[in-house]
Amino acid sequence: MPAEAIDRAGRRDTAAIERIFRAEYGRAVAVLTRHFGDLDIAEEAVQEAFVVAVRRWPEQGIPPSPAGWIIMTARNRAIDRLRRESARPGMEAAASESPVIAGGASGSDGPDLGPDVSDVTEWGDDMLRLIFTCCHPALAPAARVALTLRLLGGLSTGEIARAFLTTEATMGQRISRAKGKIRDAGIPYRVPRDADLPVRLGGVLAVLYLIFNEGYAASGGDNLMRPELTAEAIRLARTLVQLMPDEPEARGLLALMLLIEARRPARTTPAGDPVLLSDQDRSLWDRAMIGEGQSLLRACLRRNRPGPYQIQAAINAVHADASRADATDWRQILILYDHLAALTPTPIVALHRAVALAEVHGPAPALEIVDALTGLDQHHVRQVVRADLLRRSGRPAEAADAYDLAADQAGNDPEQRFLRARADALRGTGESPDRDRPPGRT
Amino acid sequence: MRQYLLSVYQPDGDPPPPEILDPIMAELGKLNEEMKAAGAWVFAVGLHPASTATVLRDQVMTDGPFAEGKEHLGGFTLINAPDLDAALDWGSRMSAILRPPLAIEVRPVV
Repeated sequence: MPAEAIDRAGRRDTAAIERIFRAEYGRAVAVLTRHFGDLDIAEEAVQEAFVVAVRRWPEQGIPPSPAGWIIMTARNRAIDRLRRESARPGMEAAASESPVIAGGASGSDGPDLGPDVSDVTEWGDDMLRLIFTCCHPALAPAARVALTLRLLGGLSTGEIARAFLTTEATMGQRISRAKGKIRDAGIPYRVPRDADLPVRLGGVLAVLYLIFNEGYAASGGDNLMRPELTAEAIRLARTLVQLMPDEPEARGLLALMLLIEARRPARTTPAGDPVLLSDQDRSLWDRAMIGEGQSLLRACLRRNRPGPYQIQAAINAVHADASRADATDWRQILILYDHLAALTPTPIVALHRAVALAEVHGPAPALEIVDALTGLDQHHVRQVVRADLLRRSGRPAEAADAYDLAADQAGNDPEQRFLRARADALRGTGESPDRDRPPGRT
Repeated sequence: MRQYLLSVYQPDGDPPPPEILDPIMAELGKLNEEMKAAGAWVFAVGLHPASTATVLRDQVMTDGPFAEGKEHLGGFTLINAPDLDAALDWGSRMSAILRPPLAIEVRPVV
């Protein structure tokens, strides 16, 4: 084979290993954590196994079960390490008592031993254990997000730090503090019992939605979106749906993410500026993703156990159904928001409900609601909604001020530019922009 | 089995009147008995008000308590529990009894 061809093959392998890493890292860490009872040992061993894979696979080819190979190799590496480290006699003892290892592990790199690790049911249980451990309510929300991305998503500390606009040192500290608490406080590595499951699952879904939202509307920086975070959130939600097929809210969350993510190609101009929902070129929406979201939604609504994620997915499905912005069934959306507000009476829900209300009953009653909201003083979307309602009420000067305030509060640069431009347009001409559209949503 | 310290923090000042306090103490007594029956209870103490505390550091004695604030450690229970979830279960049982709602810190023993 000519050198070039080998080089091409090598690159192809590297890309394949990268894909396998993303897909299998969390599963491998989950299995190893159960074997060794220690997150750090599990993570280091899995990382070492991938280093071996990068060295070997381009020469020897990718094994038939890459995940199984990674898990075996990681397990052997971990055993080697525990044997070497006499300073950790407790761990050594734990390792040699492990039923998997009793099968007679040798110290080699290769996948040369042991019972069948291709048992997906077993892996699934381990994945769930790891998910619930990472999202344990005794950990701070920011730590839950960081641990989930790190242990389940395989993102590096640096990648997570960049995604959340903090330094690698700070993020590293947050992760190691959280791992320390899991270990020292005895946060159990298990799926919660049935009585606790609804609340605990709600916590897991909230972490995934937080990751998605940070990707969908970056809270800072020079980009409007961080597609790597939305993709990771969708991947994790898919895993959760696969592992807990009877939980309609998990399915509802995946549907919600897909229906929102489907609009991504239309959400920005080529220059990276935001495009409002009403102005989007709907032919750019990802129809396959919308189709999947809608069929997931139908499947979970059939179970007749509605929850906040299913209702939000339904709202987004109504948007997806409208071929043009002015064909949107706002009455249906308002009914859905009434349900959502009854289930989760938060100021944010009230704010979005007001947008739908304005479309059905005009800006005056909506403005009354938005002005009366408390607890959203730092939330730029409230000012965006206010600005639009003021504009539509024929109060352009106040609308311009509200846009300016919104720009001050907005996190990312493209959104700030967009809001300033709207304020300037209202002041410059003294007229409102001619486009009539619902605000605050892209 | 691990051990956890459940520390109850209560506001400074007079305790609630007996008609409120007594039923709470009775409920706590029942919970202690339940902990004992389950093999979780190790020991429990209640403390005099923080204004009675004395702090020593580097041979210097000051009128306590150690930390400034409006709430102070009022008592604690040491329990055996297999993991944090089990310890949090006992803690939330205790929390459900305490009125007005008091903070309970659940902390693992080394």
